[in-house]
Amino acid sequence: MATQVTTAPVAAPRVATRRRRLTPEGGRINWGLTIIVAIVSLVILVPLYFAIAMALKSPAQTGTGTGFNFPWPIQWGNFRAAWDLTDFPLAFSMSLLVTVIAVVGEIMVSALAAWSIVRNWGHWQFKATFIYLMLALFIPFPVVALPQVKLTAAIGLDNPFGVAILHIMFQLAFNVLLFSAYIRGIPVELEESARIDGCTTWQTFRRVVLPLLAPIAATVGIFAFLQSWNDFMMPQLVTANPKWQTLPVIQYLFQDQFTGNFNVAFASYLMALLPTLVVFLIAQRWVVSGIMRGSIK
Amino acid sequence: MTATALSTQRATVRARRNPLSLVKSIFFPVSPTYLLMVVPAIILFTFFIVYPAVLGAFWSFTNYVGYGGSKFIGFANYKAAFADPTIRDSYGFTLLFSVVACIVTNVVAMALALALNSRIRWRTGFRTIFFMPMVLSGLIVSYIFTFIIGTSVPIIAGAIHFAPLETDILANQHLAWLGVVFVASWVAVPGAIIIYLAGLVSIPSEVYEAASIDGASGWKKFQTMTFPLLFPFFIINTILTFKAFLNVYDVVVGLTGGGPGTATTSVAQTIFNGFFNGDYAYQMANAVIFFIITLFFAVFQLGVLRRRGGSF
Repeated sequence: MATQVTTAPVAAPRVATRRRRLTPEGGRINWGLTIIVAIVSLVILVPLYFAIAMALKSPAQTGTGTGFNFPWPIQWGNFRAAWDLTDFPLAFSMSLLVTVIAVVGEIMVSALAAWSIVRNWGHWQFKATFIYLMLALFIPFPVVALPQVKLTAAIGLDNPFGVAILHIMFQLAFNVLLFSAYIRGIPVELEESARIDGCTTWQTFRRVVLPLLAPIAATVGIFAFLQSWNDFMMPQLVTANPKWQTLPVIQYLFQDQFTGNFNVAFASYLMALLPTLVVFLIAQRWVVSGIMRGSIK
Repeated sequence: MTATALSTQRATVRARRNPLSLVKSIFFPVSPTYLLMVVPAIILFTFFIVYPAVLGAFWSFTNYVGYGGSKFIGFANYKAAFADPTIRDSYGFTLLFSVVACIVTNVVAMALALALNSRIRWRTGFRTIFFMPMVLSGLIVSYIFTFIIGTSVPIIAGAIHFAPLETDILANQHLAWLGVVFVASWVAVPGAIIIYLAGLVSIPSEVYEAASIDGASGWKKFQTMTFPLLFPFFIINTILTFKAFLNVYDVVVGLTGGGPGTATTSVAQTIFNGFFNGDYAYQMANAVIFFIITLFFAVFQLGVLRRRGGSF
């Protein structure tokens, strides 16, 4: 500020008087913009309110209205009905199973591979492996879907385990990229001193490297969680038995049965959306920083 | 580094004497633990990704229907695919949708990121609201919007006599794609906002102070400073959103099911339908074409990024 004052002495007094009206944060609040942002935020909030309101009404209360009127008296029974109709606990368990395996698997497989590759970068075999894995960045799922579905069915993996394995494999390239970029930033001296203390390769990884990878593992884990939990394409095509389907596919399979009762449908939508929304509101900071790191690397 | 180089050298010297250790020096150049860490990943990756890709490309030259035998028929599937109006329409819709949704998402996300980075009240709260759709399942969000667009909006539009929205636009052959653009963007905007915010944070505030003192207006500031500084982030967002939109499936299935007719059937959906209709080899040819198009866009966009000096 000081240098600008000297170059523009005339403006100096005005700057000084304006300064006094600033908030502690260091700027005046732009109320006009705040109102615009508030209005635009309705594009997000109104559909969410709508879903909640619909889930809490009876068909009679919905009537011929727009669906935006306040739900009163609240019909908690819709959740019960949706719970029973879609066999929610089973679908939820399947989603959870796929997601847990995918999160743990993605972190472990890609962390191990990335560390091994980065620390042996001098060998052409490892460089070639890296390039080979990066190929997958350019293969969209629809392209390999049909042979993959046949393959998983042929070896008995047309179930949630197969879906989780495919999730791990499809993200492998991106995750190895994230991990190896991070590992290159870790000083190799830490590992060398562990070696001198007599650690084996595995012990070095387990005791020295793995703890240092926590931030990037969180990023990979958050991505894995969101993708696996919300994925519809892969489980729909891979899982043969409808009983073993994950939540989004269950919503799809029951869509026809919902047409008679929109309120139960919305109750079931909410139950499927709620876990990610709750995780997001609790872990917002990490989700946002994780996605930021993940997408910019 | 010198230690490994030395050991490799020693291995090659040894290899000259013993052919077995030559094999060892090529396939097992380092401690077996390192190999145990990476080899299973390579095997699984080859089996689950590369092998199906190669197999699919092979099948695209046959008349395979998903079971039983098949014979080699050359480029017949490709010729048929290029002449097929269903496939052509699916590319038309997917490309139009991807381009428009990509523009909408980036314009809206950039504007919102600028607003969420300025001096507004309850900034953290608004950011939370705008980030929320990012974590929600596209399919389920589409189901919610199916009802809003199909039932609620026409009633409201009727009440205020706003003719264009008085009927369900998702049931209109010419307008349904706009509904898909809206919902797909609704889901994609938050992720793009986060990346733009990351970019905005990296712009030093002194740059703005200097421009304010020079008397630059808001639009001028955006044009001459903010946008050029955000450009790498703009490209990253374009690549990420465009790639995701090209594979659009959930939102279409949830919102229109590909209809009315086949007006909003995406390429991914056409390929998957081949699985259920027995057009197996035929849709594999379509998938190979789709792969080449995707690859072309990826290389093109990366090229733009390189030329504009992005740090990637």
